[in-house]
This record gives sequence, C-alpha cells and structure tokens, in this order.
Amino acid sequence: MLETFRTAGEAIRSHRMRSILTMLGILIGIAAVILTVGLGKGAQQQVRDEINKLGSNLLIVSPGSTTTSGIRGGRGSASTLTMSDAVTLSNAAVAPDIKQVAPVASSSLSVVAGNTNWTTNVVGTTVDWLTVRARNVAQGRFITQDDVDQGRQVMVIGSTVSSELFGQRSPVGQTVTVSGNTFSIIGVLDTIGSSTTADEDDQAVIPQTSYASRISTSANRSSITTMYIEATSQSSLSAAYQEATNALTTSHGVTATNRDFSISSQQSLLTTATSTDQTLTVLLAGVAGISLLVGGLGVMNIMLVSVTERIREIGLRKALGATPSAIRRQFLVEASSLGLSGGILGLTLGIVGAVVLPHFLSQPVLISPFAAAGAVAVALVIGIVAGVYPASRAARLAPIDALRSE
Amino acid sequence: MSAPPRTPILQLIDVRKTYATGHLEVEALAGVSLDVSEGDYVAVMGPSGSGKSTLMHILGCLDSPTSGLYRLAGTDVSTMSEAELAEVRNRRIGFVFQQFNLLPSLAAWRNVELPLIYAGIPRAQRRKLAFASLERVGLADRVEHRPGELSGGQQQRVAVARALVTDPALILADEPTGNLDSRSTEDVLALLSELHDAGRTIVLITHEAEVAAAAARTVRIRDGLVDTGELTGRAVSSG
Repeated sequence: MLETFRTAGEAIRSHRMRSILTMLGILIGIAAVILTVGLGKGAQQQVRDEINKLGSNLLIVSPGSTTTSGIRGGRGSASTLTMSDAVTLSNAAVAPDIKQVAPVASSSLSVVAGNTNWTTNVVGTTVDWLTVRARNVAQGRFITQDDVDQGRQVMVIGSTVSSELFGQRSPVGQTVTVSGNTFSIIGVLDTIGSSTTADEDDQAVIPQTSYASRISTSANRSSITTMYIEATSQSSLSAAYQEATNALTTSHGVTATNRDFSISSQQSLLTTATSTDQTLTVLLAGVAGISLLVGGLGVMNIMLVSVTERIREIGLRKALGATPSAIRRQFLVEASSLGLSGGILGLTLGIVGAVVLPHFLSQPVLISPFAAAGAVAVALVIGIVAGVYPASRAARLAPIDALRSE
Repeated sequence: MSAPPRTPILQLIDVRKTYATGHLEVEALAGVSLDVSEGDYVAVMGPSGSGKSTLMHILGCLDSPTSGLYRLAGTDVSTMSEAELAEVRNRRIGFVFQQFNLLPSLAAWRNVELPLIYAGIPRAQRRKLAFASLERVGLADRVEHRPGELSGGQQQRVAVARALVTDPALILADEPTGNLDSRSTEDVLALLSELHDAGRTIVLITHEAEVAAAAARTVRIRDGLVDTGELTGRAVSSG
C-alpha cells in the first residue's frame, strides 16, 4: 500500500505542470467555497454583534398606535407607556422571567456647554439602563438610585457628545445646560460605535425623575417612550415576552385585538437581518460548489489522459505481475492524491484569504474548523470519484494491447 | 542409456490465434504445437509477420489463444483468472522486450525492483535483490542511473536484470537484440547463455540467424505454423 502511494507521488511529480494545473481546479473551488461560506458567516456574526450591542436577552416595548378620527398613527405615536408599567414589570411575582426593566423617555435636545452646543438624544432612565443596554462607564460613574430618588441634575454622556462639547478635555465635573436646566456631568459612557438603529455614542443620560420634572414636554410627565426588558436568560426570552404581554394587557385594560403597545425581541431583528445574508451565502456557495465540480471533472479528464498516455507503462506493469486491482489502486490513489493536495492547498489559500480579505473589505471572514475539515474531505471524495472511471479503465486493459500500442 | 524423461515446462497443443481487424480475420497462429523442457534454450525464428511475436505473447500469458491448449508447468492457462495470470507472470516468467520497456522516471534499480513490488516483498529486501541482480549483469556502478543516462546495451542489461530479479524458471526474450549494435548484442547473448548454463529455461524470439545460433535449438515459424525441419544449433550443454 505504501508502495502505491510512492508510485502515485512519482507519477504526479513526473508531470509536475499538469498536476499543478489539475490541482488548481480543485484548489480554486475549495478556496472559493471556504471564502464565500466564511464571508457569509462573518456577515452573520457582524449582524449578531451589532444587535447584541443593544443589550443581551433584550425585549423592547414600544407604545402602540393611536386611532384618531379613523387615522391610525404609526408605532409609538401614542404615549401609552408610563413609569407605572415599568414598576409592574419589575415585580418578580408578575414576571419571574424578567430580570431588569429600564424605562426610557427621550427627546432630541440641544446641550450647551460654555459657548458651544450639540444636539443629542437626551435619555431619562433608571439605574438598570447600564446593564440592560450592556454598557460600561469609561470615566466617572453612572447615575445611582440616590440620584434617581432625589431627582438630581446629573448627566452621563456618550463619547461623541464628550468630544463635540469638550474636545480632548475631561468632561467629568463640568456643567451643561439643557432647556435652561443645569446638569453636572458625572461620567462618560464607553465607546461602542453605531448600532443598526442609531449612534449609541451620541446620547446624554439623566435620571428619569429629573427628565420627568425638568425636560419632559408630555402632558403626562411620567410617560415614557420605550422600555428595555432584560430576560433572565436567553432561553427564558419567550417566557419573558409572554409575561410582559399579559401583564401590560391586563394593566392597560385592553384585549389582544386592541393592544396599545408592541414588544419586539432581538431575535426577530436577528432573523430578518440574517435571512438575507443567508440567501446570498447559499447562492455564492452554490456558485463556488459548481466551480469545485468543474475542478473534479478536470481531475477526471487528466486521469483519463494519463491512462491513455501511460498505456505502455500499464502494459509493462501488468507483464511484470501487477494484478488489475493493483493497477486500479494505483490510479485511484493518484487521483485522490491530486484531489487531497488540491483541497489542502485550497484550504491554505482560503485561510490566507480570510486573514487578508478583512483588510480590504469591512467584513470579517469566519472559517469554522468544521467547514475546513469538510472542504478537505470533499476534495478527497471528488478525487476518488473522479478517479474511479479512469482507474477501472486502466485495470481492464489487456496487457498485450497496452504493450503493443505505440 | 537413455536420458531421463524431462517434463515439458511449456506445452502448446494445436494453438491457434485469430485476430479480427475490422471485418478481416487474420490467422496469426494456425495450429502450433511445441514442447519446451526445463533447462532448454529455444530460439523461435521467423520473418516478420510469421506469428512469432504472437507465440511469445501467448507463452508469456499476455494473450490467450483462440483455440488449442497451453499448459504452463502442467497447468492449463485458460482455467486461470486474471489475478492468477498476473501471479504467474510475476513469479515464473521474466520478460525481455525489444524496446527494453524501462520506466524513464525511475533509476535503474527502481526499474529492476518493480516485479518485486507486485510480489509483495519489503523495500529493504527489494533493494538488496535489485542491486544483486544489476551486479550480475555487470551494472553495479549504474544502479542510480536513469534509463536516459544509459546506452542501449546497458538499458537492455537493466531489462535482463529486471527479468532475473524474481528468480523465474522461464525467461522470454522478444527480439532482445533488435535495437542493439553488434557489440551490445554479443553482451546480451552472452548473458543469456550464462543464464542457460545456470539452468534456466529460455525462449528467444528473433529473425536473425546469428542470434538464433546462440540457442541450443531453433524452432522455425512461417505463416503461423512450425516448420517441421527443426534445426539444431549448438549441442544441448546441460547433460
């Protein structure tokens, strides 16, 4: 058996150029499959990361639409959510699968610092906002329960706000004015960049109580624009969804048909965002798969040429005592070696591409070990399949016909 | 005192071989009967087209007769499977061809070891046997040379070394000197005589009378039939 591999290696080496060209077909096919699947996976991961920036295990409650004189407003057009809804959902007896609730009231306002100003999203919320939204404080501190209870005029700003208002200077300890109210800056949020919905670094967070008493322009000062709910775990997300829906339906005195709120989950966002990527990935991988098939046909073609060209060698080997199965084995091993080497080289090229490509595209390329091993196995199988027919043709040759041919 | 009856190692009884080329049938062998005893050195001589190459192919189990019986060491060859025939070619017969038939990409000793690979002999031993066989044909200093780096005579000696390496009872040489100059022809014929003296059975196919003269006896073939008037070359040396 070892001898068969040695012979195959010699045959491949003695037709170096041809072997390389044959392998190239498999190589390009495998590299293309690995890269397209890797790109698809990378894009999915990117979307997932983006959505996870919003916070993990997150449900988002928005006010429902209103119907005024038969004209239905869009989602969020009514201020049907209030702080009392947040209190209801925070109750573990009502909703055991909800870990934390962050009510948010926000509006776009001008924040003035000295002689500069910046219009940003001013967010009134509670202490839990930081963990529910999966954020951290880069400088200073976040608002405390005490700040909320006392309705202190303190503010934690995002990095974009910080650099727009204070440049390189540290903003902590500075004061700003919003709608004629003075706020002290107590901290700066970490930088996380844009999510799919907004620039998460361009906002200013203040205690919900301060927002309600100083900033809010709503008729009901305790009304809120959104509620972020964190479920206790990924698996309890749907239970939390049910509990929130039931609790709010009951407390708002509505039925399933005229609900005045809506709840969306990250999962639904994720599904929408990844399904398009997935379609594209499948399409591209299909094209790459076809190129792999063409590569396999190339191997078969070359093996057939090789059998015809080495007909005298086959005849001689038979005269010297090679059995038909020994000849068949030799050509099969040769074809599968071509396939396997092409596969390994293709994998190498794919990995190199996965490292290099993200520098040119703003897109990560993820190669899973499973896909890599699969690709090499597929290349080997293609080699074997492509070798079967030429090998059995070689094995069937009558020694005398093979020897006699010129 | 009569000589002890020797069993024929090769026995052909009324062997015919017909080729169908298109709708034309060519009878290459028209009923050949021939016995070759163990230790014999037979030259099969005839002009081109006489059927002598076909005879050689049938003797070497490379081709099968259309009708008639061929017994090799007592066994009817037509009853053997492909794999069994491969084994017979491997263990019992050593071939020497007119075109040498060496693999150009392999060094001399690697060419010589080929039959041993199919006999399933381990590499270290193959190397030893191949080197010994090359030494026997006087090419001990050429073991690592490729066929392209050797003269025609040397290449044919490599081919003889390959035929010898499995220690076969029968050596079949098909026009072994056909592509050689007179000097190399002498070398190769001397080598064959030596092997005959060592007790091997040799069948030599040729169209040259001088070459046939080296054999112990000559069988003439004409139009697919054995010429009845058998000529005797030199006396049978093995007593």
